[in-house]
This record gives sequence, C-alpha cells and structure tokens, in this order.
Amino acid sequence: MAFYAIQFLNGLSLAMLLFLISSGLSVIFGMMRIVNLAHGSFYLLGGYIGLTVLSWLGNFWLAILAAAIVVGLFGIVLQRTLLRRVSDNELGQVLMTFGILLIVADLALWIWGGLPQTLSKPSWLNGSFRYAGLVFPKYRVAMILLGLVVAVLIWLVIERTRIGAIIRAGVDDSEMVRGIGIDIRKAFLLVFGAGAALAGVAGVLGGAMLGVYPGVDFDVLLQAFAVVVVGGLGSLRGAFVGSLLIGFSDTLGKVWFTDFALFTIFVPMVIMLVIRPEGLFGRE
Amino acid sequence: MSKKSAYTQRAWLAPAATVLLFAIIAVAGWLSPSYTTGLLIDCLIFSIFALGLNLLLGYTGLPSLGHAAYFGVGAYTAGLMMLHVTPSFWWCALAAIGVSLAFGALYGLLSLRTSGVFFLIITLALGQITWAIAFSWRSLTGGDDGLRGIGRPDLGLGLSLQSNNDYFLFALLALALTLFVVRLIVRSPFGAALRGDSQNPERLAALGYNVWLCRFLSFVISAGISGFAGVIFVFYKGFVSPEAVGIVISAEVMLMVIIGGAGTLLGPILGAFVVVYLGHSVSSHTDRWMTILGVLYVAVVLFAPHGIVRAIGNKLAIRKSS
Repeated sequence: MAFYAIQFLNGLSLAMLLFLISSGLSVIFGMMRIVNLAHGSFYLLGGYIGLTVLSWLGNFWLAILAAAIVVGLFGIVLQRTLLRRVSDNELGQVLMTFGILLIVADLALWIWGGLPQTLSKPSWLNGSFRYAGLVFPKYRVAMILLGLVVAVLIWLVIERTRIGAIIRAGVDDSEMVRGIGIDIRKAFLLVFGAGAALAGVAGVLGGAMLGVYPGVDFDVLLQAFAVVVVGGLGSLRGAFVGSLLIGFSDTLGKVWFTDFALFTIFVPMVIMLVIRPEGLFGRE
Repeated sequence: MSKKSAYTQRAWLAPAATVLLFAIIAVAGWLSPSYTTGLLIDCLIFSIFALGLNLLLGYTGLPSLGHAAYFGVGAYTAGLMMLHVTPSFWWCALAAIGVSLAFGALYGLLSLRTSGVFFLIITLALGQITWAIAFSWRSLTGGDDGLRGIGRPDLGLGLSLQSNNDYFLFALLALALTLFVVRLIVRSPFGAALRGDSQNPERLAALGYNVWLCRFLSFVISAGISGFAGVIFVFYKGFVSPEAVGIVISAEVMLMVIIGGAGTLLGPILGAFVVVYLGHSVSSHTDRWMTILGVLYVAVVLFAPHGIVRAIGNKLAIRKSS
C-alpha cells in the first residue's frame, strides 16, 4: 500500500512535469502546424541555464526566471528567423528542428560537459512529509501543486482573455483570424515564446527532480510527443489528460514490467495513432 | 512541352552520369589507402540504405522517420545468422531481407493508417520501439553492447571478402544491383503509380488503382532494401549495436536523400557520399561534428530543399532552353 502511494505520487509529479512541457508543444502545433523536435532542446537549455544560475546566485527562483526568459527569447528568435520559413512544409520542419536539436545538444555538451547533474532544490523543499506511516518527498508534492497552478493559469489565459480567444481562434482556423484583421504573427510569437519558456521552466523543475544530462532533450521530447499524440495535437485538455496517462503508464510500467521500461511510452503512442490518430481530444 | 523536350534532350545524361560515377568510385576505391577504402565502403552502404528510403520518401511521398528500424533489423538478423547458424552470405542475407520485409509489412500496416505529420510520428515511434527491442532483449541482441565478433561471411564460388579492397568491390556491386532494382521499379507502371500517388492520390484512385496497396508495397520493398543495406553494414563492421537502429541514423539517412534529391535515382547516392564523407573529414578536425551536421540539416531545408541533383538538372535545363 505504502509502495503504491509513493508510485502514485511519482506518477502524478511526472505527469505535471510532462504537462509543463507538452502544453506548449501541443498549442504550438495546433496554431502554427509546426512539428517542433527542438522542443526537447528548450527543456535541456532550461535545465542547464538553471544549473549555471544556481551555481552563481544560489537562488532557485531566479534560476527558474532566468530559464524562462532566456529559453523564451531563444524560442522567439527561432520562430522568427527559421521556422517561419518552413510554415507549410512538415518534412522541412522535421529536418530543420532535428538539426536544431543536434546543434543545441552538441553545444550544451561542449559548455556543460557530459556528466549527469542534479540541480539543488530550495532547502525548505528538501526532506519529506510523513503521514500515516507514509513518506512523501516534499519536492514532488510541490511539483504537483505547481503543475496544477500552472495548468489553471494557462486555462484562465486561454479561456478568459483576449489573447486566449485569439489563440483558440488560431487553433481552429488561423486563416480566418488573419482575415478579420488580427495580426496573428504576434500571437504566433507569443505562443511560441511562452511554450518555449514553459519547457525551459520544466527543465529547471525537472532538473532538480530527475537531473539534466546529454540526451535528456530527446527523452523528454519523445515523452512530450507521446502525451500530445495520446491527448490530441492542439488540445490543451488533451495535453493534461495525456500527461496523466503517460505519467502513470511510465511510472507503473517501470515498476511492473522492469524489462520493458523502454516500451511504456511508445506502445500507447502507436496504439493511439493506429486506433485514433487525432488523439483523445483532437479534432479530425 | 518545353519541359518534356528538356527531359528528352538530357535522357542520355543519367545513365552516362551513373556509369561515370561508378567508374570513379571503383578507381578511387582501388587506388586509395585502406582508410579511404573503408570510408568509401561506408558511403556505399549508406547509398544502398538511402536508395531504399528514397523509394518511399522520394517516389511515394511518404516520409518515414524510423527507417533505421529495417536497417538495424537486417543487420541484427544477418549478424545472428552468422554467429549461430551459417557463415554463408546468401542464407544470412536471405534471412535478413526476409525479416526486414516482415517488419516492413507489420509496420507498414500500422503506419499507413495515418497520414501527414502523424505518419512521421508513428514511424518515429515504431523505430524507437525497434530500438527498445534491440536494447532490452539482452539474451538475443546483447543489449547495449550489441553483437560482436561477427566475421566476414562466406560467399562461396571461391571468392573471399576478407580484405577491405575485396569487400569494397562487393559493396559496390551490391549498390549497383540495388540501383538496378530500384530503377526497374520506378520505371515500371508500378513506379508510375507511386509517383502518381505522391502527386495526386485522388486521381490515382479514380483511375482504378488501389492507392493503399501501392503505398504498402512501396513501404515493404523500401524496408527490404534498407535491410539489405544493414546486411552489407554488419559484415563490414563486424558488430552491430542499438545505435544502428536509433533515430539519429533514421534522420541522417533522410537527410542524405533530401540533400542529394528525393525522387531521383542518383541523388540519394550523392547525398550519402556527401554526408558520410563530411562526417569523417570533419570529425578528424573537431569534436563539433554534431553541430555542423545540425547546421547542415537547417541549411539544406533553407537553401536546397529539392536536393543537389535537381539543382544541377534545372541549371542544365535552363541553359538548353535559353
């Protein structure tokens, strides 16, 4: 029982982390039809920038802020300079963003080295809560709460603000949005920047939970794709439900089928693509 | 009209270029020191692989991002046959191509349920599943370490493949055979149907073709050719590890096809030579090959999306018509 309570907590905290990464990926695809393999690079960069800021200033929150700003700006520059030029070319996007993934990974290896590193948590989040004989690591509990807060914030922005209305309209029909005189390019930039910043923040938060290492960009990218495929490309609700499903299937899969740990995200992904390519909440 | 005449005017060009290309490669391979011969063998192996992917990506218009699966399955099967069953090249190759075809048939069935961006994602996911099999099934595949100590196979007929010079000629013949087979396919009515499918599937269906079957066959044959490339690969290297099945190889072979020119016969070969050669020469000067490779991906998409061969062909056509 205690074992499953902990696994439940692990699954939930992983799910919240996945949501931070995949919500951006999903909305970016929904609006701009960009298949962005470099989304994993945002996470990697966020983690390493967080690491550097932590070693300079020792403040976890500043690390998060720095990662959000730098990675967000990086995303905006990427969208403006490169991705905009391949807006109608899926294969071009895949090749280009895979190239960017390679460049960022290699430069990060050069700058930060190849050893796995873990970001140090704020001291008050070290240790565990104890309740009814169970031990809950404080950091994971905080991760879950933060993930829920961010999910609610994103939902509020998308559902209750003007820019949110433009984003929703853009996902439905970006031509039409353009047609009624809204400068959708600004909305594209904002969404791309925000999606990148969220993934960067996830890099700091995840870096303190799971560590940063060369290759984490790709691991995270594939998990985020699994989430988005299961939930439905372009759907925020899909990203949330998909995160829960993949977070739990990955955590429990690793416990129950240790030998098949590597399959726990790809198999649900393929099954969903075969049965319902548009995902749980996507549109045909 | 003018387009057609431009094609007929340079109809001699492609076969002539092919013969010239093979002659140059053959001479270069024979004369060069053994390091360069090894490099050329790598180029030949990836040329075969790129020709395989090109059938699907270039001629049928289906971009598979998981083709290393078939390359890897071919390599592993041939390696396992060699280690446990028989040293005969022919049986090893037959089994490897058979298993690659089987994987192609299964994955093709699944992948062709999707289209567009979902096709890219599902082929990527299936490729990673195959990688995960190679990585996790330790008792069969050796896991992370892979299969080691695979010798050169026995060709029969009193021929030896032991020296790199001999293996080089053998790989060159394998490439010529592959090119011949692919050329037969794309020049056949079936090949015309594939091109029709990539340009206008609705019209093809209206003409009474079974579009799904065309795609499926193209997928399976493409997998088989990629598996054959894996066979030549594993017997050259003497080992195979999960790396050969992974996404980096899948993306790289895709890059080769695009750089050279998807949907052309010589483009993938040219692309394979460019990427493999660049990789070797850059790696010997700097550790930043991955950065340069990444820049290459971006540059190709921005500046040469239709590949080198088409760029050259267009230049010639413009010169002739003006």
